[in-house]
Amino acid sequence: MNRLVYLIPLGVFAFIAGLGGYMLTQTKDEAIPSQMVEKPLPQFDLPPATDGIKGVSRTDLIGGEPKLLNLWASWCPPCIAEAPHLDTLKEAGVPIYGIAMRDTSEDVAAFLANHGNPYVAIGHDEISAIQFELGSSGLPETFVIDGDGVIRYQHIGDIREEHVPMLLELLEQAK
Amino acid sequence: MRALLFALFALMAAPLAAQDKAPPAPYANVQLEDAALEAQATDLMETLRCLTCQSQSIADSDAPIAGDMRHQVRVRLKAGQSPDEVRDWLVDRYGDYVTYTPQVSSTTWPLFAVPALVIVLVLLVLWRRLRGRKVQEGGGQ
Repeated sequence: MNRLVYLIPLGVFAFIAGLGGYMLTQTKDEAIPSQMVEKPLPQFDLPPATDGIKGVSRTDLIGGEPKLLNLWASWCPPCIAEAPHLDTLKEAGVPIYGIAMRDTSEDVAAFLANHGNPYVAIGHDEISAIQFELGSSGLPETFVIDGDGVIRYQHIGDIREEHVPMLLELLEQAK
Repeated sequence: MRALLFALFALMAAPLAAQDKAPPAPYANVQLEDAALEAQATDLMETLRCLTCQSQSIADSDAPIAGDMRHQVRVRLKAGQSPDEVRDWLVDRYGDYVTYTPQVSSTTWPLFAVPALVIVLVLLVLWRRLRGRKVQEGGGQ
């Protein structure tokens, strides 16, 4: 019986090695969820991202029906992929506010001309300051904001066709 | 042939160039005027994780978002915040993930509890064995 005690370290080692082996077979989830979900929207007031469009401030997003806040950039390829699905959401009557990250006025204008403009307004975040305030770590990301200005949901990565009904449902719940 | 190679390399560089068009934030690559404050900033930046590169600190990373994070660190220290306040500001938004220096929280407490537990266990075993030996020696004389 006493001798068996010496097998405990071997057992612990086998368990850790087994756990490591199992983790190797799992796909790695690299998304960093924001801790700001279920918290009120931080204070911000951003200038327009390009000519002929309005900028975005916190007060624009508060009150009335739930809204989508979409973080994107003209230099971000997945943002091109999600553009048609943002159009679908806009056609369904969802107000979408955009924030362009580290962008230039000309590039934003060219992106909108090429891929359409589903936005009510687009602010420009030159130094990712609002991205940090929102706890967002990549592009594109989309937040569901309810009428009280509380962040209800964070969608990490591009919106695909299959995400549209889910987002519409979440917007309905946020009313 | 050489021209073709050049063209190929230029094509490969295009996606990188696309992201770097916007100028870096003012304090991304510029040190603070106050050397002591800059030293504090460097120490802090070495313990904060870059959000897109994930296995590099923001002091190490060339990613634009790491530059923007360095800007936040320097500007906030310059405004009089302590390094811990700046770290907490990021942890509040990204969780423990963003810091390389673990903080005690509901998920990280075993990190701190387990070593203490092991030390207590070892002391207990040691104490029992030494006591056992003393009793044996005492009995022999």
